[in-house]
Amino acid sequence: MTRCFLLLAALVWPLTVAADNPYELTPQQVADNTYVFVGALEHFSYDNLGNIVNTGFIVTDDGVVVIDTGPSRLYGEAMREAIAGVTDKPVVQVYITHHHPDHYLGNQAFADVDIGALSGTIEQIRAIGADLTTNMYNLVGGAMRGTESLPPTQEVTAGSRVTVGGHELELIGMQGHTGADLAILDHTTGVLFAGDLAFLNRTPTTPNADVATWVETLHTLSQREFATLVPGHGPVRDDAEAIAQTQTYLSWLWRNLNAAAGHGLDMPEVMMQELPYRWRGLAVIVPEFRRSVSHLYPDIEADVLEPVAGQE
Amino acid sequence: MGYVTRLAAVVLWLAGASAAVAIPDDPLESPQWDSMVAKHFGEDAEIVFDDRVRVLAAGYAEDAMETPVMVEAPDLPDVESVVVFADLNPITKILEYYPERAAPTLAFRFKIQQATPVRAAMRTADGMWHVGGTWIEAAGGGCTAPSVAAGSPIWESRLGEISGNAWARGPDRERLRFRVVHPMDTGLAAGIPVFHITDVTLATPEGETLARLKPFEPVSENPVISVDLRYRGPVALSGRDNNGNRFAATLPAPDSP
Repeated sequence: MTRCFLLLAALVWPLTVAADNPYELTPQQVADNTYVFVGALEHFSYDNLGNIVNTGFIVTDDGVVVIDTGPSRLYGEAMREAIAGVTDKPVVQVYITHHHPDHYLGNQAFADVDIGALSGTIEQIRAIGADLTTNMYNLVGGAMRGTESLPPTQEVTAGSRVTVGGHELELIGMQGHTGADLAILDHTTGVLFAGDLAFLNRTPTTPNADVATWVETLHTLSQREFATLVPGHGPVRDDAEAIAQTQTYLSWLWRNLNAAAGHGLDMPEVMMQELPYRWRGLAVIVPEFRRSVSHLYPDIEADVLEPVAGQE
Repeated sequence: MGYVTRLAAVVLWLAGASAAVAIPDDPLESPQWDSMVAKHFGEDAEIVFDDRVRVLAAGYAEDAMETPVMVEAPDLPDVESVVVFADLNPITKILEYYPERAAPTLAFRFKIQQATPVRAAMRTADGMWHVGGTWIEAAGGGCTAPSVAAGSPIWESRLGEISGNAWARGPDRERLRFRVVHPMDTGLAAGIPVFHITDVTLATPEGETLARLKPFEPVSENPVISVDLRYRGPVALSGRDNNGNRFAATLPAPDSP
């Protein structure tokens, strides 16, 4: 009897899952043929299903180009369904901007398509993808069911240009948020998909950041001409505000942490400090600032702890 | 709420003074509180939850191997010893601190295994334990992971290396921060035995003890410690580990502010 029930459950369960996708994704058109799924300005939680990220797609004459696949398999599947609601054209290419789990764990839903990324991104996903996925199960819960880390299948060349169905896409390889950050500039529409190099109204995250490099990268990116900027997190706008805001925040963060180390503060004191008024409008500023102290302070304080000759 | 808790605990303690000492209810509602009392204080200890004992930590451990904590009690006089423990860690005691010429202020990082209360218990000269604490959430695993050093072929050459600095905090006060290179292995990672610093003494160059620290296994690899001394000048640091290795150095006096 029990065996019989299990067999029945095994048959019925996957169907239930497929029919019961918890994500409600509505594409927002941001330019000709260009759409973004805008995520919540929050941390991962059971309630938001990990949908805290911006993903997007471009409908070209030859098919759809997808940029980032979201935090889970079910999110990726919901993306495909929402894309099918906009166009009959097939998905022909996926690009992953960087190795963070909210940007690529939907890859399973695009396993039939080339998934392109910078070599550094592919290496990171191969190395730590399983750990990232486990952590996401802890933070997001049931919406992660069926999700496994699927590394990108195609290495893209930084600086290369590809033309897909009339859209000329420049694949800009940069660093700073992680060791390999891909920004995609569609020269046909002027839309810049900045990945997590740019945040808007949501505190930037730093678990793999090189802050000084990141600030330089943003300066370089701000020199580029574009009409619309899609940040990795936050609203899409027709100006460079996301770059400016991210750059200003990171510069402040770096100065603040270095000054704290110079005054001999320990990490909890730095974490608990009152934050300047101007940053209080950034979503999740307090927990995200504290995370950044964890990520960045040990290296910064090492510079003020000077070696002392040992004695016996 | 904290003050009421404290009052209630004192009343309970007075009421039960003749018989067995009552254990105050745990404001953090830890499942392990009673066993923590037995383990860290003993049956006859007088314990009170006290808001003046503060444990500063982010509510979530971003890095299970290095969870930063600061304990302090600027308004609690006559603290003779401090015990810091985490109820739900596999090894609960993190460290003991004896601030002889120092404030009961201490910052460090530790390895967290799962979400747990982290508490500081401060024993004042009258024998009373004053307890404060906070919950830290964690994905965990910090205690059973091998140290970075355990996988490195060169750590022995740097074992016991000391770095540090001091900052003036008034005419006769200083903040001292130091780091000792040590793997601080818990013994809970397969095949890697317990190996940790057991004693650190801070003293004046003339030999007067300023503070003593007894770290246990959960203190993070290459410990970075901050203390506030009621003293200003060079500090002689000496210590040893459970394998008998000794280390020592003199940290220079802070620059004039």
